[in-house]
Amino acid sequence: MLDQFDARLDADFPPVDPARLIAALKPLLPPENLKTQLEALRPYETDGLAAYRSLPAVVALPETTAQVQAILRVCSELGAPVVARGAGTGLSGGALPYPGCVLLSLAKFSRILSIDRQARTARVQPGVRNLAISEAVAHLGLFYAPDPSSQIACSIGGNVAENAGGVHCLKYGLTVHNLLKLEMVTLEGEVLHLGSDAYDAPGFDLMALMTGSEGLLGVVTEITVKLTPLPDTTQVLLAAFDNVEVAAQAVAEIMAEGIVPAGLEMMDGPALRAAEDFALAGYPKDAAAILLCELDGAGPDVTEEIARVSALLSSCGATEVRQARDEDERKRFWAGRKGAFPAVGRIAPDYYCMDGTIPRRALPNVLTEITRLSEVHGLAVANVFHAGDGNLHPLILYDAAKEGDQEAAEALGGAILELCVSVGGTITGEHGVGREKINQMCVQFSAAEIDAFHALKAAFDPKGLLNPGKAIPTLARCAEFGAMHIHHGELPFAHLPRF
Amino acid sequence: MGNCRLHTSPGSEDITEALAERVRAGGPLRLEGGGTRAFYGRKVEGRALSLAAHRGVVDYDPSELVITARAGTPVSEIEALLAGENQMLAFEPPVFGAAGTLGGAVATGLSGPRRPFAGPLRDFVLGARLMNPQGEVLRFGGTVFKNVAGFDAFRLMAGSLGGFGPILEVSLRVTPRPRAERALVFETPGEAARTWVSGLMGRPLPLSGAFHDGARLHLRLSGGEAGVAASRAELGGEDEPLETWDAIRHMTHPVFEAPVLWRVSLPPTGSAEGFETTAWDWAGGQRWLTADAVDPTVWDRAGRLGGHATLFRGQAPKGEVFQPLAPGVFNLHRRVKAALDPAGIFNPGAMYEGL
Repeated sequence: MLDQFDARLDADFPPVDPARLIAALKPLLPPENLKTQLEALRPYETDGLAAYRSLPAVVALPETTAQVQAILRVCSELGAPVVARGAGTGLSGGALPYPGCVLLSLAKFSRILSIDRQARTARVQPGVRNLAISEAVAHLGLFYAPDPSSQIACSIGGNVAENAGGVHCLKYGLTVHNLLKLEMVTLEGEVLHLGSDAYDAPGFDLMALMTGSEGLLGVVTEITVKLTPLPDTTQVLLAAFDNVEVAAQAVAEIMAEGIVPAGLEMMDGPALRAAEDFALAGYPKDAAAILLCELDGAGPDVTEEIARVSALLSSCGATEVRQARDEDERKRFWAGRKGAFPAVGRIAPDYYCMDGTIPRRALPNVLTEITRLSEVHGLAVANVFHAGDGNLHPLILYDAAKEGDQEAAEALGGAILELCVSVGGTITGEHGVGREKINQMCVQFSAAEIDAFHALKAAFDPKGLLNPGKAIPTLARCAEFGAMHIHHGELPFAHLPRF
Repeated sequence: MGNCRLHTSPGSEDITEALAERVRAGGPLRLEGGGTRAFYGRKVEGRALSLAAHRGVVDYDPSELVITARAGTPVSEIEALLAGENQMLAFEPPVFGAAGTLGGAVATGLSGPRRPFAGPLRDFVLGARLMNPQGEVLRFGGTVFKNVAGFDAFRLMAGSLGGFGPILEVSLRVTPRPRAERALVFETPGEAARTWVSGLMGRPLPLSGAFHDGARLHLRLSGGEAGVAASRAELGGEDEPLETWDAIRHMTHPVFEAPVLWRVSLPPTGSAEGFETTAWDWAGGQRWLTADAVDPTVWDRAGRLGGHATLFRGQAPKGEVFQPLAPGVFNLHRRVKAALDPAGIFNPGAMYEGL
């Protein structure tokens, strides 16, 4: 299991005496903001990837940027690893504590600092929940566009760390496209401001580099986000298909038609049936796949596009095309989709959620191959996709209590991710590499590329103390993992010594 | 599949090996494309390394909404190919001549009039291939929109002025062309126009351009036929030819004519004190200040308003072009540059002295 960090393969630090660490941190925070007792540390031992667990030495909950600076300075001086954490909803183990680390929770940075209606921006602290921003500006006719499924709970700071996507990013962009400015603290405790309230900040685009860096480069303490006007009209279509591959072809046809849907989602039979049983969304349970296509914008334009997409879906072989009659039905269609993960959680004791992205044109073949892999590994897979952008979430069903099931699920998951890379895609579209996909990074990137990532990391964090063992594998890890993965008859990282 | 059309262009040539040899010979190297943007940035001393011959579209499948091309491919060639499929580059990079290349567009990072509505060039870069000082080719990002594996070094290439090495190949997200487009002109003075436009931007209107030439406001609408017609009816104004927007985009409009030209980026709805009378684009976010001589206080004045200035045309003392950075941020720039180019062989000093 990857929650067992390995000094040889991950990061090698001389151990820091927890008593010394706690003594150095105590003067910096009120006592209730420093947790040291085992029962108080337990809630922080895992994030949304609950299979991985590991304990920090101490949990620090700063409330001000000055406190974050002071904590990071202590960590830097003592050589203590630091793992920053938002709401802990991440699905790749990005907030999994490095054993004996300082777990830096940003939960108390929970204020919306200002909203500028004219400029359509909001200045927020990293612990603010994603949905809370949209709720706070709804009365101005605005919203914060990126909407990861966990938006009710996940924090904007975590969204920045992961460059979170969501159902509507096809039209409205990822987190990085909706940011203006970041305040960050380096491991040395220096405060830096990246980005600008004006368009296109001078210099290198370090704000874009920080976004999605999974807590490896610095700790974000303030974020200025862009707000978007709420569309006047939103309509959604549900199309049913009796063949998954035909549904996948229809996705390409819609995109080629020159229409950019606000959301274009697909579920296969097992996923849609689980979702229907869970949410009573009104899905046709006998279908092999359904597509949800949402269109928004000016009323007359949406009416026209709905008609074009309906006709296209029918001509592409949909057995049924239905438009949500009202806002209530539209919300139910989406409730089924947004509840798909917990719904699948009810049909199997455990599930393992994958997150590859592929070029859309590869979708039919990749689906066929996932079915084959699922049979080979003896575990069922339910598929939920952000089809419009090629982001796949195959959910592998297994039973952790069953001998060998966990390992089989991880092996099948790894095979699916490598499949995504082999068709020109990526191992993670929005959940991040974290701890979970650290080995698959060695499949997607060459040794020279991983070297470049380490050099960038060192430019921000020369001691390597920020979120060690995550996101970017050591070359030693790749050498060891590469021994198991031989592509095209060539051993990757052949020049590295084997252990 | 009926809609699947793959394109590669004639005259396609891969000169990676030859470039690697030149790079391994050491620097400093002055990276060149079509030469149309050579005016932009500080002067670089070094041997020329031309990427112009490294050209050709590598992959373009319209249903994927992605095009991958080598850096030396002319932007005009890419845009012609996209137009044939009713697609476009939504960030509308200015093109300063037929020789202007994709690599030059990405390295300078300049975006056109649609920037506040569709996003900057950086938002459309999905992946890039970069040559490191050892002559090895590094691939960052890819050809898919959602991709969070590894640091997003490909976004760092946009506006990098070649400081991280030669950009060999870029994958860009492309956009369907709007079904309808109209250009309107209004006799509204600058500051009143800015206030009006910023109010409009708080509503879901199909705006795709808001430019003020110092006397008149020009708006562009892009979207579905019905939505554009409804906005046209609501906003009023006079129709004008859409070609006006080509002149704004490619900077051939008369407002750009002067011995000295500053691009002053200010918070779009904030104070423009001292810059009120300039022409502006980007709904007031980007001002174009013309002068007969360089006044170095512009950087300071733009900075105090929360913005930044670029000397687009003209010669400043010590050849400076860009807004000075805060010391901590500048130090981080030096470390990031050194991470990918430790010996400083690629375009040294193109952005700042000592970087």
